[in-house]
Amino acid sequence: MSSTAVGHAPEAHATTTGISHNKMLMWTFLASDCMFFGSLIWVYTAYRGRSTQGPYPQEILNIPYTSVSAAVLLLSSLAMVLALHGIQHGNMRRFRVWLGATAALGALFLGGQYFEFTEFYRHGLSLQQNLFGTTFFVLTGFHGTHVGIGIIWLVTLILLSLFGRLSPANAERVEVAGLYWHFVDIVWIVIFTLVYLIPY
Amino acid sequence: MVESALKLERARYERSALVEWLTTVDHKKIGILYFWTSIVFLLIAGFLALLIRTQLIVPENTFLGPETYNQVFTMHGTMMVFFVGMPLNAAFFNFFVPLMIGARDVAFPRLNAFSYWAFLLGSLLMLSGFLFGAAPDGGWFGYANLTSSKLYSPGLNIDFWVMGLQVLGVASLASALNFFVTIVNMRAPGMSLMRMPVFVWMTLITAILILLAFPSLTVGLVMIMFDRYFGTNFFNPAAGGDPVIWQHLFWIFGHPEVYILILPPMGMISEILPTFSRKPLFGYTFVVFAGMGIAFLSFGVWAHHMFAVGMGPVPNAVFATTTMLIAIPTGVKIFNWLGTLWGGSIRMTTALLFAATFISMFTIGGISGVMHASVPIDYWQTDSYFVVAHFHYVLFGGLVFAVLAATYYWFPKMFGRMLDERLGKLHFVLTLIGFNLTFFPMHFLGIDGMPRRIYTYSAGMGWDLWNLVISIGGYLTALSFLVFLYNVVRTFQRPADAPADPWDGRTLEWSIPSPPPAHNFDVVPVVRGRDAFWIEKYGAEEVVGPTPERHGPPTGGSPQRPHNPDPGQHAGHGPSTPSGHGGQAHIHLPPPSWFPLSTAIGLTLMGTGMVMHASDTLGSLGFPVVGLGIAVVVVSLLGWTFEPIHEEAHA
Repeated sequence: MSSTAVGHAPEAHATTTGISHNKMLMWTFLASDCMFFGSLIWVYTAYRGRSTQGPYPQEILNIPYTSVSAAVLLLSSLAMVLALHGIQHGNMRRFRVWLGATAALGALFLGGQYFEFTEFYRHGLSLQQNLFGTTFFVLTGFHGTHVGIGIIWLVTLILLSLFGRLSPANAERVEVAGLYWHFVDIVWIVIFTLVYLIPY
Repeated sequence: MVESALKLERARYERSALVEWLTTVDHKKIGILYFWTSIVFLLIAGFLALLIRTQLIVPENTFLGPETYNQVFTMHGTMMVFFVGMPLNAAFFNFFVPLMIGARDVAFPRLNAFSYWAFLLGSLLMLSGFLFGAAPDGGWFGYANLTSSKLYSPGLNIDFWVMGLQVLGVASLASALNFFVTIVNMRAPGMSLMRMPVFVWMTLITAILILLAFPSLTVGLVMIMFDRYFGTNFFNPAAGGDPVIWQHLFWIFGHPEVYILILPPMGMISEILPTFSRKPLFGYTFVVFAGMGIAFLSFGVWAHHMFAVGMGPVPNAVFATTTMLIAIPTGVKIFNWLGTLWGGSIRMTTALLFAATFISMFTIGGISGVMHASVPIDYWQTDSYFVVAHFHYVLFGGLVFAVLAATYYWFPKMFGRMLDERLGKLHFVLTLIGFNLTFFPMHFLGIDGMPRRIYTYSAGMGWDLWNLVISIGGYLTALSFLVFLYNVVRTFQRPADAPADPWDGRTLEWSIPSPPPAHNFDVVPVVRGRDAFWIEKYGAEEVVGPTPERHGPPTGGSPQRPHNPDPGQHAGHGPSTPSGHGGQAHIHLPPPSWFPLSTAIGLTLMGTGMVMHASDTLGSLGFPVVGLGIAVVVVSLLGWTFEPIHEEAHA
């Protein structure tokens, strides 16, 4: 038979739709995750501008700073595309470099978020301080957690490829991770617009 | 040969029975685990209902104090929804969906096992509250800020509830993802969407509802958790927070949840009625699209649970309208079921009796539902026993009757034994009388103004007689379940001799032995129309659409119609002939795995640690246990990722 080895991916099996189980699982999960972020964002919107005490968002949000970190996260999506292109065309070195860049940009974004959070905290904004603190930290915190999980996933893929367990034949695994990564980026565009850009 | 290749594969994993069940990834075994677990939970939650009825049997009773009563009714509701209704449906999804679409397993067998273990352990986590006298006591709806503020709910009760539900939510989501992919992606050749059995259709729609509805419950529970553990202000009115937000989040989940519970039973009915009427389902397309219509509308009706909150006339009117609209697709289904029975050569089996009674009981629940879709009437009925009567007609008269029908119908396929029909009919009569005696008088009490959730009432309110009748009805219903249990025990004392097709069935699960072999189908069936097995048995006047050729790499076996080997059909796939030599006919079955169980243990440890953190005595251990849980999850997932699952059983 043609199926050869351990780890031969399920994507090789025929499916009814021709789409692999893994890819369909990811799309379906993302649909569900849309509702998750949708609920969080709706709560943020419902509570927008209803804090009874400061610090208020317009006093504390640093739009230029966060614009830079948003750009960093969006650039990571570009790197992700290049990494996928690399493995799809059998260029494993290019794949590892760009996937490493994706993870690094994601980590840079998370570092920026950590700095932002501590900065806000020093200015008196905490989870408990007011509704803005409560909804801001929980919403952006859950997004940050998604980025963090994505970074762990990408690093695992790099390690797998270094140990020879990931080859161009498994490029779809990278594609599926990419779907997740791009989704998390898109969610940030919505959060960034809603929380930072639209004036209070 | 198929069998020898299988034995080879099995022999490598020869283990004790206990280990086999703990590590199984076989959808049929997981279905059986779901089945017995939820039957046990049904008995526990039913026992809680008896406690409630004993407390209310006479006015000013002191059998249960108010604190205990709150725990008992909260756990009765929470368990019946999350520990009984959903997993009983899941038991049948697991066992029958792969069989009905001609698949050898679900798309992600280990994820499936994980769903079961997370369900079991999450349920036990919440139930363990009873051991500490701190079972959840905030109602199954857990309204904030009663539940979100430590001021109003200082004990661990709500912590058990929140953490248990979060674990159960993960289990449900994993299961829904799995069944969505399985149904969309693993159908046998020829099993087009509009040839799928209606039960499979309803499972698919239910999976979509779970995927889209559960996140809002998750978010709501996260908010309650943050308010309780980290002092946030989500539901703190002093800081501008709004407890009504919880109600929105909960009911955006909660109303689709009603259909998550009732659509699978509608699917079961749509399998059972045609079988025992010896007719195809009347208006198949309408039944399928009505299911989709119900699912779509279910996201636009949540606020009818909140008419009395004070949203104002416009939202109330909108939600009243959408709610009434749901009666249309539901009515379509009811008439289709009647049309299925009409003119059929009906066999009065226990399964048919339960299934046909489902229609009338569910209709009563539906009619009272339309009544309180009307806002002024709802003002009168809300939070009264009328509502209790309504949803028990839907969930007991609907879900439980259908699941009992399905149990009598599918028991031979699951366990290779036929349940006793005479005991079954006794069970049916007792359930029918007991159920109606319990729940019909609640309409009168509700109209008469008796509120729900009260632990006692004064004499002289005019409620004494009906409460007595209701409690007697409750005991009678309990008795009917004892008859059922007796039937099950008796059945297991007899030899397993159920034929493959005891009911002259219509769908693919009846084409294979009872109980089915581990690999389900010796050869993957080719489907030539709706009621695929019926067509193979009796032919069809007209088979609509082309009979497909199998293409793509064979996943094991070769495409043939049941009972009609036709090797010429796949001449292009020589090596996949089942009678070939050299082990080419390997059917790939995924090996057992410990990682689903260990991942579920890790997840539950995280929830347990959170509950411990909130306790006075074990508080310092809380976060270390959460950390341990995270570590167990991470290690398990790594093991899961690297575990070889595609070893082939070459001879």
